[in-house]
Amino acid sequence: MQSKPLALTILDVLSIIVLGISTYLALFFAPTELVMGQVQRVFYFHIGTAWTALMGFILAAVFSVTYLVTKNLKWDRYQVAAIEVSLVFFFLTIVLGSIWARPAWNTWWTWDPRLTTAAVTELIYIAYFMLRQGIDDPERRARFGAVYALIGGLSAPITFFAIRLFRTIHPVVIGGANAEAEGGFSMTADMRVAFFFAIFAFTIIFIDLYWNRIRLGELQDKVEQLKLKVSM
Amino acid sequence: MFFQTTTPDTSGYMIAGFVVSFLVMGLYVASLYLRSRNLNTDKAMLEEMDKQPASKKK
Repeated sequence: MQSKPLALTILDVLSIIVLGISTYLALFFAPTELVMGQVQRVFYFHIGTAWTALMGFILAAVFSVTYLVTKNLKWDRYQVAAIEVSLVFFFLTIVLGSIWARPAWNTWWTWDPRLTTAAVTELIYIAYFMLRQGIDDPERRARFGAVYALIGGLSAPITFFAIRLFRTIHPVVIGGANAEAEGGFSMTADMRVAFFFAIFAFTIIFIDLYWNRIRLGELQDKVEQLKLKVSM
Repeated sequence: MFFQTTTPDTSGYMIAGFVVSFLVMGLYVASLYLRSRNLNTDKAMLEEMDKQPASKKK
């Protein structure tokens, strides 16, 4: 068995610690929002997961370009890892948003521009894995995956800017207020601490999971190579 | 939420949000661990097969 690097073990432990601190800050340190009540506390995890997931999708698009230029399968592994972890985080973003929306908007889901673009982004990357599953040749799979992830990467900035470009009920908490948004609020100093720490914590957790997923990809490739060698 | 005078009790939704967060992250970590364990088992088995002489492989 390939031994785990010390830095990764430290990162594993650090991830658990920052997740614990972030949970504490969200649940106990940040004050209760007066209009929405306790449910507003899921906002910290909602933003933390959304931030890292969208960054991950963009990172995957960058690795796609790198793969297409270099043809080195290492970049394909990096891309798959980024997309898989981002997909999990973005799923959490959508579910947490839906849980928040029920008391704030009186509905679990509405076809608002932000929610629609987020759902489309999630579906694009689920389809990415379905596409990869259907191709056996590793080079061809990597090439198709790279082109798909590059085009799919456009959905991340579209999702991010949807609330700034279109008329929407989704609140813009950072960088601009939307008068028509339902559930918008101004953050107090304590809320900002919980908010920025959540972004930091989920970035650390993302890096940790991403590194672990890259190692898994390397192991998968080794097993595939061994299978070919043994079958010859 | 217009004209409301008291903060609504939305604790249930908050608990659901945090439970889902930990559940999803926990399941993903478990999936990484299980996939890694299965691949290591496969790798060990294939390496063993690779070491065997060609006559035994067939």
